[in-house]
Formats: sequence, C-alpha cells, structure tokens
Amino acid sequence: MTSSVVTGETLAVRMEDDVVRVRQVTRRRAEELGFRLVDQTKIVTAASELARNTLVHGGGGHVHLSVVQAARPGLKLVFEDHGPGIPDVPRALQDGFTTGNGLGLGLSGSRRLMDEFSIDTQPGAYTRITVVKWL
Amino acid sequence: MDRVPILNLGSCLLVSVQVDLHDRLALALQEDLASEIVRHHARGVLIDISSLDMVDSFIGRVLGNIAAVSRVLAAETVIVGMRPAVAITLVELGVRWEGVRTAISVERGMALLQGQGTPGGKARDVVRRDR
Repeated sequence: MTSSVVTGETLAVRMEDDVVRVRQVTRRRAEELGFRLVDQTKIVTAASELARNTLVHGGGGHVHLSVVQAARPGLKLVFEDHGPGIPDVPRALQDGFTTGNGLGLGLSGSRRLMDEFSIDTQPGAYTRITVVKWL
Repeated sequence: MDRVPILNLGSCLLVSVQVDLHDRLALALQEDLASEIVRHHARGVLIDISSLDMVDSFIGRVLGNIAAVSRVLAAETVIVGMRPAVAITLVELGVRWEGVRTAISVERGMALLQGQGTPGGKARDVVRRDR
C-alpha cells in the first residue's frame, strides 16, 4: 500500500522497563491519532507482545513508531532486532508455538489485533516485524 | 525492586495493581502471593486490575498461574475490575483463563469469596464477554 510517513520516532528495547515505555508511548500516539479505546488497547497489547519478543528472542533491538497516511491515517510500528531470526515463520505464527516460556500468542495474537502484519527475517541475522492499525 | 503491596483482610488477601506491570514485577507478585497465602492461612485472594489499561499474554499467564497456585494452596482467586477494552483484547489475543474466576467489582469479588456468590459464577457475576 502506498502511504506517506507523517511523523516518526525510535525507541530502544533493551530492558524490561523499555517494554513498559513502548506501551506508554504507543498508547499516547494511538490516543493522539484518535483511535477509540478498544483499538488503543489492541495496539498497545500488540506493541507489548512484540517488544517483549524483540527483547527475549531478539536479544534487544528497537521499535520505530510512525503515523502513516494512506486512504486513512494509521499507526505503524516496526520492531527490529539483530538476533537469531525466525527459521520457520509459518510455524512461529501458529497459536501456542513458543520457544520461550510464554503462551506462544505473541506473534499470532498480535497479528489478530492489528490490521496489517508482516515479518521480514533472515535466520542468524535479523527480524523485522511491521504492524499497522488504520484509523 | 518494586513490589505490588498485598493487604491481609481477615481470611483474604487483597491486591490492587496500581502500577504498569513489567514482567519481573508480575512474577514477584506471584511468588509473594504464594508465600502470603501460606503465612496468613488465606482462603481467598482478590486481585483488582481496574487500574491496568492492558493485559498482554505474559501478564495474562501470570494471573492464570496465580489462580492455579493459590488453588493448590487451598485458596480461591478472584480477579476483579477488568476493563471492557482489556477483556475484548484478551479474548482476541487468544488467552484462555480456564479456572480463573472473575467479578465486576471488589465488592462482588469479596461476595464470591465469602460464598455469597454462586460457585462457578452466574452471568451477572462474571466478566461478560459481549462486545
């Protein structure tokens, strides 16, 4: 989809406290953009899941938040790390699949909560997960 | 490290989560509650999450574990005050809280723990999943 970036900011995801900060900043941006409460909650929850993945599975990285403009405005979040990557993306997207000690809902759940979801990964090199929620 | 305060009220423990729960804090609460249940011979645990504007799968799992652990220690857990947007998101995320009892308010939760509510919860006592 063709869209233009209006504003953007990058947050580091290096510690557990950063996950909380990502939630807070995401909430503020979603609120400013005019998302209703349920959608704000879905976006913040997806951001929390993906930030934790970046930290736990990716060994830390960063998230880039931006307001994008297509037919409608949207909030776009790009999580990036230079960890081990995801060897089997379709499998990682199954409910209940986990390599950690979670419920295995981080990726599959985030995909359900957002309007757009894509994974770009190279095993042994990087993982980049892009999600968008349209207003 | 920060801890979530646990209040002892008769045979019950009351926890009101007032801060943004990071993962370590949620796990610390799980451990503290298990110890406090034993120390106070608590029969019930009431966890008020009305201040939480988000419950993700990790926090959801920890809350589910708290309920399971307290049951093993012969205490009943009721989670109260979940916001509607949080409930909707939690269901869509795919978190299943089997065996976790919920109530709309602290008052209703307390009634459940004191046996005034219907075991298993009537529709009006549990968090409804309607959208």
